[in-house]
Amino acid sequence: MVPLNYYLILSGILFAVGTAGVFLRRNLITVLLSVEIMLNAVNLTFVAVGRYLGTVDGQIITFFVMTVAAAEAAVGLALVISLFRHRETLNPDAFTALKW
Amino acid sequence: MLLLIPLLPFLGFLVNAFVGRRLSKSVSGGLACLAILASFAVSALSVWTLLGTPSGALDQVGFTWMSSGRLHVPFSLRLDHLSALMILVVTGIGSLIHIYSTGYMHEETDGEYARYFSYLNLFASFMLVLVLGANFPVMFVGWEGVGLCSYLLIGFWFRKQSAIDAGKKAFVVNRIGDVGFILGMLLIFATFGTFDFQEVAAAAGSRAVEHGAMGAITFATLLLFVGATGKSAQIPLFVWLPDAMEGPTPVSALIHAATMVTAGVYMIGRNAVLFSHAPTTLAVVAGIGAATALVAGTIGLVQNDIKRVLAYSTVSQLGYMFLAMGVGAYAAGIFHLYTHAFFKALLFLGSGAVIHALAGEQDLRNMGGLRKYLPITYWTFLIGALAIAGFPFLSGFFSKDEILYRTFVADMPGHLLLWAIAMVTSLLTATYMFRLVFLAFHGERHAAAPAVHAHDDSGHHGAGHGGHIHDAPPSMAIPLIVLAIGSIFAGYLGVPHALGGANRIEHFLEPSFEVSERAREGATTGVDAAPREGVAEAVPASLQEPASGTEEHGASTELMLMALSSAVAIAGILIAMYFWLRNKEAADALAQRMHVFYNLLVNKYYVDEIYDAAIVQPVRLLSTNGLWKGIDVVIVDGTVNGVGAVVRGTSGRLRRIQTGSVRTYAASLFLGVAAILGWYLW
Repeated sequence: MVPLNYYLILSGILFAVGTAGVFLRRNLITVLLSVEIMLNAVNLTFVAVGRYLGTVDGQIITFFVMTVAAAEAAVGLALVISLFRHRETLNPDAFTALKW
Repeated sequence: MLLLIPLLPFLGFLVNAFVGRRLSKSVSGGLACLAILASFAVSALSVWTLLGTPSGALDQVGFTWMSSGRLHVPFSLRLDHLSALMILVVTGIGSLIHIYSTGYMHEETDGEYARYFSYLNLFASFMLVLVLGANFPVMFVGWEGVGLCSYLLIGFWFRKQSAIDAGKKAFVVNRIGDVGFILGMLLIFATFGTFDFQEVAAAAGSRAVEHGAMGAITFATLLLFVGATGKSAQIPLFVWLPDAMEGPTPVSALIHAATMVTAGVYMIGRNAVLFSHAPTTLAVVAGIGAATALVAGTIGLVQNDIKRVLAYSTVSQLGYMFLAMGVGAYAAGIFHLYTHAFFKALLFLGSGAVIHALAGEQDLRNMGGLRKYLPITYWTFLIGALAIAGFPFLSGFFSKDEILYRTFVADMPGHLLLWAIAMVTSLLTATYMFRLVFLAFHGERHAAAPAVHAHDDSGHHGAGHGGHIHDAPPSMAIPLIVLAIGSIFAGYLGVPHALGGANRIEHFLEPSFEVSERAREGATTGVDAAPREGVAEAVPASLQEPASGTEEHGASTELMLMALSSAVAIAGILIAMYFWLRNKEAADALAQRMHVFYNLLVNKYYVDEIYDAAIVQPVRLLSTNGLWKGIDVVIVDGTVNGVGAVVRGTSGRLRRIQTGSVRTYAASLFLGVAAILGWYLW
């Protein structure tokens, strides 16, 4: 059986990758994808710890997170599309004003 | 029932104020007249009841107005002999003025007409509250109310700058006096612990007469007198009254005769006991009264505006009344107030008829020869002029002689000087009144065509007149005739003993002044007499005997003085006849020869200019440079703007944090989470 630490380390790496993506990428869609990676890192932790403790709580929370993530992706992509229509770009640095 | 007296005109005010503009002139004017006439009827009825009341006073407590600690002020009215006379004058003369006004103001629009009558009713209502009030605060309500109404009525033609200024002047000058009144009132409460006139009088009556200038009563009465100088137009606050003629002429009649200016005299009469206990104040009152009489009389001699002459004559006559009050002859002062109400109302209404006939012309130099065109006005005006001049056996003669006699025999230092001043003023009064009569009604017409010559600045009668001059219409003529009859016979209420009369008015008023007379006697003999006794208590006839005995003693003196003052009055008329009827060049030549003095008088002793330079300009300078540009701009605005500037500066710096860059926000969010986690994990 794979020890818990391995899962946690993988989860930490995934989270770091996702965070770096959010900070460093210049494309909003990539940023959204990075956020998904961060969420899945967290999901992995939940499932792993749930298994380690022998409860189903972690799995239930994971389903919640997946639902929220799906909704977030839908809303986020809709926003990205409408932002693109306005500015013809997906660079997050282009959007510094709340309204224009 | 007493409450009805001020309430009826007040109801008239309410109706005319709220629905008046939708009523026709005859309805709104008729309503106002009806209100004041009904009030007159109720007054007469109340006085009739009073005469049958042995206690000599009727009380009515409306409701508790203020009650806090030992301060208890009911809104109560009291009718005693003094206020009985006053309400009859106010409602009686007031009714005549209302009736006259329906004719005088008929060219105003419906709305203006109703507004005018609503003010007029309100004025009468407040004056009645003032007169009937049984304690200082209630009196003060009326006191302030008449001040307000005078402002509204003087500035009635509010599209005319001079009328607005005159209204404001009256209001501001009255406020100055009111400060004195309030302070005096509070000092009285602090000293006696009550505001009720009767209780104050009883408490003061049980005290020793205050000599010197430092006592509480002296201070309080001096402060009250400051209030009286404001309301009754005495030196130094008389400047508003001559300007008050910017209002419609019946208003001047109302202010000068029946209401408002008599308030100060009445107030001193009402507090006669207090004033009697402060000989210093009485000396000041007498001195100011005599000085005012003389100053105003001399100014009146050279004015060319018909109403201005009358205004100065009012100031001068009020000076007489204060002189009487000051020498302790309260009944004589109130008597003169009462006769003066008749002939001054008559003179003002008569001058109003002249102005009305001449389409707004007020300058005496443009009149002349009006006797032919305005017979009713001429004859009634002549009677009024004779009465005010003190011509024998008209009303003014009795009251004025009473004052002169009482001054002559008064026991206060300098009373002969006061008497001499009063005599000179009497001469001046006769002279300027007959100057007015001769210039306006005798001689030749000066103005080419007064109907064409409609003054625009005061031209409320601009249109609607034909080429001919018409005499007063019935609504104006009847009040004139009634007042003329009153001016002749009003004095017979107070025919002195020396002429075989009974001086009924003095006996009528005695209950109101009884304690004060005794205090005065105590003062002269140096004994702290003045037994504790309510003012309005009935006086047994036996107590009056010694008083009338001393009057018999002075009868020969009184007769002599009477002859003298009659001679003075006739001399004054003759002087006027010489200068302004027979030999007009002489008047001009005299004015030329004494041009310094003449200019002084024409410019009213430069009092307005002196006040302007000494008070108005410094206050304005202080306000502009000190209070406005100093305190307001630097400190008040500075604080407000400073707070704003600090907030703005701080925000300006904080604003830089909000860049709008999503990644900066994300980074700070991440760092924040990391920091919090770090805090908990380590």
